[in-house]
Amino acid sequence: MNGLRGINGFQLFWWVILPYLALATFVIGHVWRYRYDQFGWTSRSTQLQEQRLLKWGSPVFHYGTFAAIAGHVIGILIPERWTHDIGIPENAYRWFSASAGTLAAVLVIGGVAVLAARRLFVARVRATTSAVDWVALILLAIVIVLGIAETVGVGLLGGGYDYRQSVSLWFRGLFAGNPDATAIAHAPLIYQVHATAAWAVIAVWPFSRLVHAWSYPVWYLWRPFVVYRSRVASRPNEPGTSGRRWRRIGVRY
Amino acid sequence: MRPMAQVCMVMNLDKCIGCHTCSVTCKQTWTNRPGTEYVYFNNVETKPGLGYPARYEDQERWKGGWTLDRKGRLRLRAGSRLRKLLTIFYNPDLPTIEDFHDPFTYDYARLITAPPGTKSPSVSARSALTGRELNPRWGANWEDDLAGAPQRARSDPNIATMSERVLMDFESVFLFYLPRICEHCLNPSCVASCPSGALYKRSEDGIVLVDQDRCRGWRFCVSGCPYKKVYFNHRTGKAEKCTLCFPRIEAGLPTICSETCVGRLRYLGIVLYDADAVTAAAATPDPRDLYEAQLSVFLDPEDTAVQSAAEQAGIPHDWVVAARRSPVYALIARHKVALPLHPEFRTMPMVWYIPPLSPVADATAAAGYDAADPDAVFATIDALRIPLQYLANLFTAGDVAPVRDALRRLAVVRSVMRATQLGLEHRNDAAEELQMSTADVEDLFRLLAIARYEDRYVIPPAHAEDAGRLLAQHALSGCTLESEGAPGMGGKGPSTGGGPVSGRDLAGRLHLRLVAEPTGRDQ
Ligand code: HEM
Ligand code: SF4
Ligand code: SF4
Repeated sequence: MNGLRGINGFQLFWWVILPYLALATFVIGHVWRYRYDQFGWTSRSTQLQEQRLLKWGSPVFHYGTFAAIAGHVIGILIPERWTHDIGIPENAYRWFSASAGTLAAVLVIGGVAVLAARRLFVARVRATTSAVDWVALILLAIVIVLGIAETVGVGLLGGGYDYRQSVSLWFRGLFAGNPDATAIAHAPLIYQVHATAAWAVIAVWPFSRLVHAWSYPVWYLWRPFVVYRSRVASRPNEPGTSGRRWRRIGVRY
Repeated sequence: MRPMAQVCMVMNLDKCIGCHTCSVTCKQTWTNRPGTEYVYFNNVETKPGLGYPARYEDQERWKGGWTLDRKGRLRLRAGSRLRKLLTIFYNPDLPTIEDFHDPFTYDYARLITAPPGTKSPSVSARSALTGRELNPRWGANWEDDLAGAPQRARSDPNIATMSERVLMDFESVFLFYLPRICEHCLNPSCVASCPSGALYKRSEDGIVLVDQDRCRGWRFCVSGCPYKKVYFNHRTGKAEKCTLCFPRIEAGLPTICSETCVGRLRYLGIVLYDADAVTAAAATPDPRDLYEAQLSVFLDPEDTAVQSAAEQAGIPHDWVVAARRSPVYALIARHKVALPLHPEFRTMPMVWYIPPLSPVADATAAAGYDAADPDAVFATIDALRIPLQYLANLFTAGDVAPVRDALRRLAVVRSVMRATQLGLEHRNDAAEELQMSTADVEDLFRLLAIARYEDRYVIPPAHAEDAGRLLAQHALSGCTLESEGAPGMGGKGPSTGGGPVSGRDLAGRLHLRLVAEPTGRDQ
C-alpha cells in the first residue's frame, strides 16, 4: 500500500474510503432497486410535455456523453505505458485527446445547456422533476462543467496537465486495491472537485433516473415483433400497494 | 392452422347518442390518477372531426401502424428497429400533450375564499401539469356535436382525400359519433414498437397489455399505435393503455364501457382466428382488400374441423361453445354488417363498427324518399356519395361496396320487420339481392333491435385451473346449483350452439355452464 504513504487522515477518508463507499452504494443500490423497484425503473421521458428543445438537447447530450465516456475509458483506464508501447507519441496522444475531447465537450455542454434550460424554465418539465433527479442532474452538471474546464481550459488553451501521471494512477489504483491517494491529493483543485462530484454521481445513480442507461434494449434487434404471453394465475397484491413491496423507493408519483 | 381465441368488440354506431358515459365510467375506473389526467382509454369523437389526439388518423404525419416495403413485406411505418434504437433519445413521431390536450382543473377554492362583494366569484382553469392558469384551446371532446366544425373539420384526414366538397352547415352536415377504445389488434404495432418487450398480447384472449414493471419509458408504443391508444403517464414515466377491463373479462363480465353504455350498442364475444394467417393477411398488397383479408383470418366456429383444431390447440371447450354463440362473430362474419376501423393501418383491429344508417336515412328522407322503403333507400344510399365515401374512408380503406352492402342490410331489417309487425305487404327483392334469409333478418333484428344483455355479451370466464376441480367437489358434496329448481338450472342449451354447454373438455377439465337461462333464440 505504498500509495497511502504520507497522507493524512482526511485525505485517506476523502480519496480512498469515500470512493469505495460510493462504489459499494452503486453496486448494492442497483441490486436493491432492480429487485424492489422495477416499477420506478424508467427513463422518465418528458417528451410529452416539451419537444422542440428536447429534439436537439437530448440526442446531442447523449451522443456527447457516450463520446466522453469513451474518452475516459481511454484516458484513465488505459495506462500511458500501453499507448507509448504501441508507438503513439506523447504529443500525438495529447493532440488527439484535446481535440476529440473538445468535440465531445462541445456536444455535452451544448446538450446539457439545452436540457438544463428546459428543466429550469419549461414549467411542465420542471413540475415532473423529483428531488433525487435534481440531485443527480446538478451533480452531473458540475462534473460536466469542470470536465470541460479541464479539457478545454487546461488541456487545449492552458499549459496542459498530465492527468495520466496523477489522477489516472489513483483511479486505476482504486480498482487494483492500491490507490495512490497522494497523486490525486496533489492534483489541481479543479480535478479534485471533478473527481469528487463524479463519485457522488456514482453514489446517487442507482436511486435516480440514471438507471435507465442499463436498460438499453439491444435485444429488440432480434426478438420477434409481436410478443405473446400467457396469463399466469398469481396471488393478488397487498391492497393499495399494486404489488410493490417497498413503496418509498425511487420517485414519488 | 393455429387457432387462437380473441375477445372482440362490435359497436353499433346507429345507437350512439354521444353521451360520453363510456368515457366517464372508464375514466373513473382506470385513469382517475395523477399522470393520467389527459388520458381517455375510451373517448367518443364527433365525425367528421379531427379526433383525439388531433388528426391521429394521418399516418403520413404520425407514422403509426405498418406499411409494406418495396418487396411487399410488412414493416413498421416509423422505420427499422435499428433506427428506433438510434433515435431513442428523441422520438421523432411522438404527439405532444397539446395534441391530446393540456389537462386542467378549476381553482374551486376561490369560490369560498373570495372576499365578500357584489360580484359572484368566478373560477379560472388551472393546468393540471403546472398548476398555472391556462386558457384551454383543445381537448378530447373539443369538437363535440360539430363544435367548431365549419372552421376545423375540413382538416379531418378522412375528408382530405375526398374530391367532393363536404357541407359543414348545421342543416346539411352529416354527423355521427365514433366511440373509440384500443383495438386489441391481431397484429399490434404497439407491441412490435416496444424495444423493451413490455407490451404483449395475451395468448388466451388476445388482450394487449403493458407490463408496468418491464416498461422503461422509451415511448415508442405511443407513436407506434396508429389509433394513438397507448398513453404516456407523465408522473410514473410508463405507458398505459385500455386493458379491455381484463379483470372483468376474466370473470365473464362485460367491460365497464360496455356495461354502462346507455345506448346498449356494444357487443362482446369470442372470435376464433388462425394465428398463422395473420401476417400474410396484414401484408395484402391493396389496402382495399384488407377488410376481406381480415375476414379470411377468422375461423368458422361451426366447422367441426375448426372445433377439434381449437380444442387440440388448448382452447377450452366452453370457449369454443362461446365462439359459436358469439354475437360479434355473427355481426362480423355471418351477417357482414360490422366493419373494421381503418384496416389500412394493417394492425388487424378487433373492435369493429356497424356503420350508422340513421344519418344516411335522414338525408334520404330529406331528399323526399320514404326512408322505410328499402328500395327507395337503396337508390338514395347510392346517390349520397358523400356519407358513403366518408364511411368507406373510415372502415374499408375507401372501398364503398362493403359499406353500401352493410347499410342495405340494415335498411332491409328495418323495412322487413316494420312491415311484419304492422302487417303490411312488402317486397323481398332487396333481401334476396343481398342473400338474406328470413332467419338472417330475424337474427339481426334480435341482435340489433332487441339486443338483450345476454345476447350482447357472451364472454366465457377465464380458466383458473382449479375451477373445474372445485366444481367437481361441489357436485360430490351435493352442493350443486344444477339440481332441479336450483338457480343454476338452465333449460336446454342455446340452439345455435347445439353442443354441450357444460361438461368435460378434451383435456378432461370440467367446465361451468355458460348461460343460466335459455337465450332469446329458443323462443
Ligand atoms: C445507454 C443508453 C441510454 C439511453 C438509451 C438513454 C435514453 C434516454 C431517454 C429516452 C431519455 C428521456 C428523454 C426524454 O425526455 O424523452 C433520457 C434522459 C436522460 N438521460 Fe439518458 N440514455 C442513456 C444513457 C445515459 C447516460 C450514460 C447518461 C448520463 C450519464 C444519461 C443521462 C440522461 C439524463 C440526465 C436525462 C434527462 C434529460 C432531461 O433533463 O430531460 N443517459 N435518456
Ligand atoms: S389499437 Fe391497441 S393493440 Fe392496436 S396498435 Fe393501438 S394500442 Fe396496440
Ligand atoms: S374496455 Fe375497459 S379500459 Fe378499455 S376503454 Fe372500455 S372501460 Fe376503458
